[in-house]
Amino acid sequence: MTGDDDTPRMGFFTDTSVCIGCKACEVACKEWNAIPEDGLELTGMSYDNTQRLGSDSWRHVAFIEQRKPFGGPEPALTHEDVDVFAAASRLGTDPGSPDGHTELRWLMASDVCKHCTHAACLDVCPTGSLFRTEFGTVVVQEDVCNGCGYCVPACPYGVIDQRRDDGRAWKCTLCYDRLGVGMEPACAKSCPTESIQFGPLQELRERAAARVRQLHTAGVTDARLYGESPDDGVGGDGAFFLLLDEPEVYGLPPDPVVTTRDLPAMWRHAALAAASLAALAAAGFARRPR
Amino acid sequence: MSGRETPAGAQPGRRRRRRGRGEQPMVPDARFSSYYGRPVLNTPTWKPLDIAGYLYLGGLAGASSLLAAGADLTGRPALARTAKLGAAGAISLSLAALVHDLGRPARFLNMLRVLKPTSPMSMGSWLLAGYAPLTLAAAAGEVTGRYRLVGSAATAGAAVLGPAVATYTAVLVSDTAVPAWHEGYRQLPFVFAGSAATAAAGLALAAAPAGQAGPARRMAVLGTALELGAFHLMKHRMGLPAEAYERGRPRTLLRAAEALTASGAALALVCGRLRDRRPALAAGAALLSGSAALRFGVFHAGVASAEDPRYTVLPQRERLAARGS
Repeated sequence: MTGDDDTPRMGFFTDTSVCIGCKACEVACKEWNAIPEDGLELTGMSYDNTQRLGSDSWRHVAFIEQRKPFGGPEPALTHEDVDVFAAASRLGTDPGSPDGHTELRWLMASDVCKHCTHAACLDVCPTGSLFRTEFGTVVVQEDVCNGCGYCVPACPYGVIDQRRDDGRAWKCTLCYDRLGVGMEPACAKSCPTESIQFGPLQELRERAAARVRQLHTAGVTDARLYGESPDDGVGGDGAFFLLLDEPEVYGLPPDPVVTTRDLPAMWRHAALAAASLAALAAAGFARRPR
Repeated sequence: MSGRETPAGAQPGRRRRRRGRGEQPMVPDARFSSYYGRPVLNTPTWKPLDIAGYLYLGGLAGASSLLAAGADLTGRPALARTAKLGAAGAISLSLAALVHDLGRPARFLNMLRVLKPTSPMSMGSWLLAGYAPLTLAAAAGEVTGRYRLVGSAATAGAAVLGPAVATYTAVLVSDTAVPAWHEGYRQLPFVFAGSAATAAAGLALAAAPAGQAGPARRMAVLGTALELGAFHLMKHRMGLPAEAYERGRPRTLLRAAEALTASGAALALVCGRLRDRRPALAAGAALLSGSAALRFGVFHAGVASAEDPRYTVLPQRERLAARGS
């Protein structure tokens, strides 16, 4: 799926290595798409009070606090001869260790619908409400959705969900309305660090590959792309990521597969089972009739 | 996973089976990372009573249609009547449950807006659109005794579609990212076929006279063997997500299903030789409730497997490791 001839497939490249966790994307998304308020819950687990993607959160910034030695000061070092006031006066100027790394690191990542090449939500939708746009994105038509809820367990990423009071399924549209008039999606527009980059998918893939090379050269060997490969279980994501740890640390599945890949085999097994049931009933009648 | 320590933000998902007796763990405990233990998948929003209820009633109806056609062919009018009325009643109830489960029930006709082979729900909607009127026509013919030719044709048509109605529901739930459903897609249709047979046989045993219920008794025994055998194989082949069937409420429901179905089948074996109607009634009740317990157990096991990131992450990690990446 590459989009129309004259419209290249559009997508997101979310470079989490420069995300600062400001949540401007979450706010901009809610504002632009008029998404209803869904509770102001303080989780206490981190600065993440959004918790997950869902019907009323189409961008979700994950916060992960990690204790991970990067060659910073040894934790067992004694500090008796340290002048803390002098140290405080240098705050903000002292990188802490020669390479700028400290022992504690924050991972922040803005998650979003992946707009899969092989989208399970779209495949299983019985009404045709979910469709593929001319930009290669996956969008719900809210005037068609009857709230059957099939797309919810079909999504391997846990993105789309049913809005409780409304009954219909909702998710990121990659700002279909803005794309139509040549604007970029609200989240990308609002991102102050260009962690969220929007553009033609082919261009984003090249940019992402260059960024990974740059980070590896700089010694950030954990940097890896997630969802960029067209060879993965969903045929590649229209919205892919640069991560600094394993996907599951961010709440992402490490090897997602579109469930409908196995559908032909499922139908075959069901047909065999139906035949068995018929045979079983026939066997019941096969004895002497009376 | 690389060999470093588990990140502070990610709970180590270590869990130990608490029960000392019973089955051994199918896979050893494993460490995995997750985002604060949160699920990767979104939990199915289907209401248990509606959807598990539909899985049950659809099976009951589909297999009853087979009994109805067989009874017509072999001259068992009382069995035919029970099966036809049972199929029509069960499928009507299940249609009501399906519409009730929709977030927008008024839009239920949107189900027939497209025909999509990639959507088991779309295929199922069209299947029911053909099947339900046939069962109603068959039942109407039975009750009124008029238009016999139409009634016979409808009975035969319902018997052709019935097995599909009973087994496609396994595809419906398997065609999701829910580990305990998807990973069982090879065996689940056979489990549902067996469960449909036991339910329909149960209804026939309870409501039809013993003299005509011979095929139902044999169907009960064969269905029980198919259901229990396929279910055992499914859990055995599934790997880690099989644990979801062995914990909490699903475990209770499935143990009850096993006991009820097996005892129902055993009773069915003997009650053909008895004058007393009560053993047949008990067998019917046990088979009907056993089939229902199985569907609810499978439903809740799927939901539980979606809610625990362990069932999503670990098998995918194993898959990646097997591919050598």
